[in-house]
Amino acid sequence: MIDVNRKGEVWVFAEQHNGHLEDTPIELMSKARRLADTLGVKLAAAVLGDGAKDIATKLIHYGADKVYLAEHPLLGTYQTNSYAKVIFDLIHKYKPQIVLYGATAAGRDLAPRIASAAKAGLTADCTDLQIGDHQTTKDEQFHKNLLFQIRPAFGGNIIATIINYDRWPQMATVREGVMPPPEPDVSRKGEVIEEKVQISQQDLPLEILEEHKRPKKVNLKAARIIVAGGAGVGSKDNFKLIWDLANCLGAAPAATRAAVDLGFIDSDHQVGQTGTTVRPSLYLAVGVSGAIQHQAGMSQSQKIIAVNNDPDAPIFQIAHYKIVGDLNVVVPKMIKAVKEKSIKEEKTVKA
Amino acid sequence: MAYNCVILIKQVPDTKRITGEAMNDDGTVNRSALPAIFNPEDLNALELALQIKDKFGGKVTVITMGLPAASAILRDSLFRGADDAILITDQRCAASDTLATSYILSCAVKKADFDIVLCGRQAIDGDTAQVGPQLAEKLGIPQITYVEELIELNGKSITARRNIGAGWQQVRTKLPALLTVTGDANEPRVAAAKKMMKYKNAHTPVEVEQEVRSQKTEDSEAKIKKLVEKKCSELSEKGLLIKQWDLDYIEADLKWCGRTGSPTKVRRIQSVVLAAKESKNIEPNDQDVSDMIHELIEDKIIA
Repeated sequence: MIDVNRKGEVWVFAEQHNGHLEDTPIELMSKARRLADTLGVKLAAAVLGDGAKDIATKLIHYGADKVYLAEHPLLGTYQTNSYAKVIFDLIHKYKPQIVLYGATAAGRDLAPRIASAAKAGLTADCTDLQIGDHQTTKDEQFHKNLLFQIRPAFGGNIIATIINYDRWPQMATVREGVMPPPEPDVSRKGEVIEEKVQISQQDLPLEILEEHKRPKKVNLKAARIIVAGGAGVGSKDNFKLIWDLANCLGAAPAATRAAVDLGFIDSDHQVGQTGTTVRPSLYLAVGVSGAIQHQAGMSQSQKIIAVNNDPDAPIFQIAHYKIVGDLNVVVPKMIKAVKEKSIKEEKTVKA
Repeated sequence: MAYNCVILIKQVPDTKRITGEAMNDDGTVNRSALPAIFNPEDLNALELALQIKDKFGGKVTVITMGLPAASAILRDSLFRGADDAILITDQRCAASDTLATSYILSCAVKKADFDIVLCGRQAIDGDTAQVGPQLAEKLGIPQITYVEELIELNGKSITARRNIGAGWQQVRTKLPALLTVTGDANEPRVAAAKKMMKYKNAHTPVEVEQEVRSQKTEDSEAKIKKLVEKKCSELSEKGLLIKQWDLDYIEADLKWCGRTGSPTKVRRIQSVVLAAKESKNIEPNDQDVSDMIHELIEDKIIA
């Protein structure tokens, strides 16, 4: 068990594969920076790998004061046990008060193993993190500056705030895409601490026989405009309407889980609790009823347009522009309106 | 070679069916208003174990920690082909977070004989996916998470294909090992009619006690106790008594169980109320749609 250390740093596990830093730890950096500033402590990133020095520099640009760099030939490829051991040893040595991980496939595989070894608390899939005070009701203990770990639960129907105060560190995994990434500042300076790593072949119980990575067909997180279709679109054929509207807006086509399950579009396009979380400037929800699980992945959009023939569809509760009507009528009108505007603009430019 | 599989299962509220009625006024979920179901991905874990048994032989044991009502999913497992079922029920388990839960389960699994431990990837009430990896750590065995397909079992090692987000990985490890299984791994078999006939009257001692108490409300405590014992031994003779363990039996250190064993505490629960700050109704006609697009261009939302 690790004792409460109020002076401990805030850490981010900087997941990288083959020298490529994942998006989620980058997204975590701006929030972690704010947490560290509120607490008046340093922000550090922990990087494991074999030849990851460039990543250490990048992390400083993204806001880290310190980078703990653990390099070893056996750390070249991610494995649960070896990574868990090295991070556990680092936590034991430096006693950070907060350790954050991206809720990626690897992060969700790794963090619970570390939490179990450290006998520490871990909250999964947080969508927000804050620093706050807590008073226990039973014995009226006052705990200052705890990490409020905020996450959806019960299929997204409730939002829970989780804390831990009697055992350290406070650990959480954070959902992909819920926090905007910081702009890198190449003039930032920081300290890189090279750690000596004690691991052997025994810490790698898995043999990785084969690996196939495929890039996602669409980068929804980077899209400024997203056009999403739901089950209401009706058929794969009719889903062409979504593609057409997306094309004329320069938008990314997306879908609800229901539309993906019906085979209208590939699951790479899925937005929601089990898909990607997005926060575009404009989100057009077409034939989307707006189940809570879908809203969990898109409610942070700056503007939302909803088209649905059911005036009671839950999506209308969060839409800025509500269009009650047949999508087969409305979408072609939208396409026409967009095309007319762009033609008009072209003419103005020419004139 | 035969393999003994232990599967950890959970009874969960069906979160996909949450309606207004299932929400309390204070924004918390009224669990009793929701149907309790077999956690979906735990069914995939059970199916994988049953496939291993069909092919290689061995014993399939399911374990759950929960309230007496969780006996239902143990019976369901017997209907589908499990050989043995164990309920861990104890008031001192209450308020366990994932760390305490994995500790309690590890004490129970150690009492069983296993080559392969299987869990569903995650439970639909919490969606944490933490108990599997934490249990593997407590058992000191390797974990293969997000298993989509079992490739090979050759006596000493297991090879499986796991989903790694954008892509997949084929990995091999020595046994014993723990697997967490995804919903894509297989199509869980349904209950077999013969087994349903055989096990429909299988009960845990706590269920027997509940039944006796509901019928014999007038009887003395000693009489009830005696009757429960009698009924349990009758069931046991027929092979219909589902095992029930408490924390003493599994030799769990109470320091690591329940509330004291749980570092995470719930500070606050809020119901999700999302609403747009400003909203406009747009009529589905050319003029309104065109005006909306124009406004979005003016606001530089559309380039």
